[in-house]
Amino acid sequence: MEAYIYDHVRTPRGKGRPDGALHEITSVEMVTQLLTALRDRNDLDTSLLDDVIIGMAQPVGEQGGVLARAAVLQAGYAQTVAGQQIHRFCATGLDAVSLIAAQVHSGMIQAGIGGGVESMSRTVMGYDSGAWTSDPKVAFGNYYAPQGIGADIIATLDGITRDDVDQFAVESQRKAANAWENGYFRRSIVPVVDALGEVVLDHDEHMRPGTTVESLAKLKPAFEGFGKAGFEAVAKAKYPEIEDLSYVHHGGNSSGIVDGSGIVLVGSKEFGQKAGLKARGRIRSYANIGSEPTIMLTAPAAVSRKAIKAGGMTDKDIDLWELNEAFASVVLRYQREMNIPDDKINVNGGAIAMGHPLGATGAMILGTVLDELERRDLETGLITLCAANGLGTAAIIERV
Amino acid sequence: MRHLKLEAAADGFATLILDNADESMNVVSDAFIADMEEATKTIAADEGIKGVILTSAKKAFMAGADLKQLVQGYGKLSKKEAFAFSQRATAMHRAIEQSGKPWVAAINGLALGGGFELALACHYRILVDDPKAVVGLPEVNVGLLPGSGGTVRLGLIAGAKTALDLLLSGRSVGPAEALKLKIVDEVAPADALIDRARAWLSTSPDPVKRWDVKGWVPPQKKGMTVPEDSMGYMMATGSLALKGYNSPAPQAILSSVFEGLQLPFDKALAVEGKYFAKLLTDPIARNIIRTTFISKQAAEKGARRPAGVPKSEVKKVGVLGAGMMGAGIAYVSANAGIEVVLLDRDVPTAEKGKAYSDKVLGKLIEKGKIAQDKADALLARITPTDDFALLEGVDLIVEAVFEDTGIKAETTRKAEAVIPASAVFASNTSTLPISQLAEASQRPDQFIGIHFFSPVDRMGLVEVIMGKQTGREALARALDYIAQLRKTPIVVNDSRGFYTSRVFQMLIHEGAAMLAEGVPAAVIENAAKAVGMPVGPLALLDELTVDLPLKIVDQAIAEEGDRYTPPAGTAVMRRMKDEIKRPSRKEGGGFYDYPEGGKKHLWKGLAEQFPVKAGWDVEELKQRFLYAQAMETARCLEEGVLETAEDADLGSIYGWGFPSWTGGTISYIDTVGIETFVAHADSLAQKYGPRFLPSAWLRDKAAKGESFYPGSEPAPVEELVTA
Repeated sequence: MEAYIYDHVRTPRGKGRPDGALHEITSVEMVTQLLTALRDRNDLDTSLLDDVIIGMAQPVGEQGGVLARAAVLQAGYAQTVAGQQIHRFCATGLDAVSLIAAQVHSGMIQAGIGGGVESMSRTVMGYDSGAWTSDPKVAFGNYYAPQGIGADIIATLDGITRDDVDQFAVESQRKAANAWENGYFRRSIVPVVDALGEVVLDHDEHMRPGTTVESLAKLKPAFEGFGKAGFEAVAKAKYPEIEDLSYVHHGGNSSGIVDGSGIVLVGSKEFGQKAGLKARGRIRSYANIGSEPTIMLTAPAAVSRKAIKAGGMTDKDIDLWELNEAFASVVLRYQREMNIPDDKINVNGGAIAMGHPLGATGAMILGTVLDELERRDLETGLITLCAANGLGTAAIIERV
Repeated sequence: MRHLKLEAAADGFATLILDNADESMNVVSDAFIADMEEATKTIAADEGIKGVILTSAKKAFMAGADLKQLVQGYGKLSKKEAFAFSQRATAMHRAIEQSGKPWVAAINGLALGGGFELALACHYRILVDDPKAVVGLPEVNVGLLPGSGGTVRLGLIAGAKTALDLLLSGRSVGPAEALKLKIVDEVAPADALIDRARAWLSTSPDPVKRWDVKGWVPPQKKGMTVPEDSMGYMMATGSLALKGYNSPAPQAILSSVFEGLQLPFDKALAVEGKYFAKLLTDPIARNIIRTTFISKQAAEKGARRPAGVPKSEVKKVGVLGAGMMGAGIAYVSANAGIEVVLLDRDVPTAEKGKAYSDKVLGKLIEKGKIAQDKADALLARITPTDDFALLEGVDLIVEAVFEDTGIKAETTRKAEAVIPASAVFASNTSTLPISQLAEASQRPDQFIGIHFFSPVDRMGLVEVIMGKQTGREALARALDYIAQLRKTPIVVNDSRGFYTSRVFQMLIHEGAAMLAEGVPAAVIENAAKAVGMPVGPLALLDELTVDLPLKIVDQAIAEEGDRYTPPAGTAVMRRMKDEIKRPSRKEGGGFYDYPEGGKKHLWKGLAEQFPVKAGWDVEELKQRFLYAQAMETARCLEEGVLETAEDADLGSIYGWGFPSWTGGTISYIDTVGIETFVAHADSLAQKYGPRFLPSAWLRDKAAKGESFYPGSEPAPVEELVTA
């Protein structure tokens, strides 16, 4: 069985703060509006769907209790449509799509929606903190350090300088601004409306076009405090080749904190015929992997190779690469390791410019890549994300 | 009841007095617990008793557990038995808490460890207003945790943050801070202590603790769903890394508090007891307690002092040479109330030596640690001079002139011309053989080595060196002098580098050798620090200058010629000195760069001079540091340079910072087990050379299944942090 992508939509990304445009919109409301838009623009008979999987990196509070099912009912989908919640940290949104695809591939379902949501302004970071960060026995034994320390470890080990990461950030801003100016995201964006039906946000709010290396140079390193409180010692225990950790990451070259949601409609060929929909692409392969958990950000290369192998392909088959910009050093290492030229990766910018609504990002960037393959008339794209505690996910899509 | 006295009173408020029948300090021992169990029963059953005032007849309220008893647990108690042991004291405290009568701890002096745990079990705590009356739970310092309710009650009373600060640092606090942290309820003047206790009892306080009231919810029952709490534990766990990865106690304490505050009270006590049992049956706590507490105290009380020599006291000391060492020795002597004649070649130089004391005292006055008049009196005891005649009447000489046999000989002759025939003559040399220096003396049986460490006022260890002819009386009197200085002596026999300098060389040479092998410099430094060395070997070399170890090597070559194999790092040190011309920090830089006003960092040119090769294994590097030093120590014992394992261990920990979790160089071998140690050393010798090769003597010990300390059980391999 093949798993086809029929459509995808996303919300714009609002600043993940109380003054962000999406702060008054609940997580379930974001997903509900997307489900509604997806149904309406495709004239979709929702009884043809088997499952909706919505992931989030904080499945607690308003995002808990299988938000997917609540959104399905809220959007007025057929009550036979099931719902599921998953959590694989930042990789969640892509994983949700892959899990729908896997069910379609196996022939057990005909169609479903996978995606993610995160209202970072409405949930408190750390709400779902678990044993891996905070049970002393687990965290100490596994050399846990906060993710930003991992990003700075990569920079230290690879000799990536503050200038390198800041230049990378400036480039992300430039590409994102260019993509917005030229309407590359137009097809996927569903403006979010308030209770009165008025649009509260129709663009990515976090971007700072015109950012320069000079303007970034004023920002103080964000993770030195963690380092000095003990996590630099953790880093050295794990990587004794580090004399001093070089703290190069800050808010301007790390992924932005934002609110948002993205979903992808995946189904079999038969579903497409029944629904009267034309497939836009298909999901060729997907993979998950674990990597060294102290840095926790180096899985993308290994998991990409795994997905490429699973798809029976080689690196050369990939036309566009998309790696979530968790931190600048993550992409820089990946690019060097996979030998990817600048013009083939994150071509429309990434989370440094537009923000990273944790659980939602994977679904969003899959959509971005599909749109861009269509715009450039290319075939194949690889989407990957690093995730906390060393996890990583990748998926390969191609046009049909 | 031998250690407790129960006094009834007409008002129904009984006084229970801690009064150890055998020692000057109240300690938690089996006998004490038995007494307390009996007393608690009596009190509970006696209807006439309405409340209890718990106080002490000693100066202190109560010190901690009897460490001598605790240290015997390792290797004898199973984990289950150790748990049962902790639960007995826990139950004792619980019985007090649940006796149905209010207990007030009238803490009349310091209450530490088990003593403060006892106070925490009471329903109310009044601390005497005396700066010496400190309270705290310092168990972490001996590799343990307060295992009879200490972590649980402190967490509940003071909150996780304060409790973790106190438990992980082990620091004790005085009355004002204790009150502020709410770990005591009142502070009272000594003469009002009992009245205030009585006054509290007469308010008819509720004898049921809040955690024993039905419906009580543990404060962190919500666990990690409270972001502030989970963040707090995350940060606390990160901070453990600063203490290193070799000590299980801080981790056990953190887990005990984390888990305990989520649990019902008695479950929390049980969890704490299990963590305690794991620590008590771990060799690390045994190692720390045995060396840093028991052996240290024994050494200070004269373990190595020859019996039968009458106790002596130094009233006047002559310090020859007013350089850094002489100046420090003068200061510590004057600080001990001894008259000091500080002699150098001219008066200004001698005065410069005295100025060091002025400087140290100035800082102490600034911090309020010494009064001006006391500082003045101390200074007045030091007489700087260039006149040997002033040495008349000294009880002891400490010679600390330039490390040159000729200069030392001349100084010895000049001094001996003046000093009483009864005076002991000690040389503070760190490298020259004592027997050789003694040749210049008319009284070689009164000639001895007293090797201080720098900086003298902060380093507690003193290495006493016996020359071939040094007599028992000289040794006894040297030890009496060191006792006056309140320092810790070890006694070794004459040999090149004695004990501490000789084994310390192994550390710096091993580090330098690794550099030549292509190990990155940062890895070398981090590996040494990872086993618990305070400073990396390359940083040490920069402070020392490479000249110093090279001088030792050259001297040996001059004396022994071809029979001598230069140590492992010699080639690297010579290159640093002669070719690269970066001998030390003092001379502008060595392995490190020292930017003005900036932080030192490894010299960027190192990688070019000593190209990095792949393939290093940090675990093996860590092992090499420990093994190189331990093996050389074993040789010192074999050769008779060292006579006891205790001296070896104390010297290594307090002389050059060998990690305390090991218990010292010899305890480390016992902890690994001689047989395993020999096997690992053999494989290191194959790869890195004969410095790791065990001798026939050590192999024989291994074959016989012996240990250096009697009855020392090697640790199960999986429990050794670095085997």
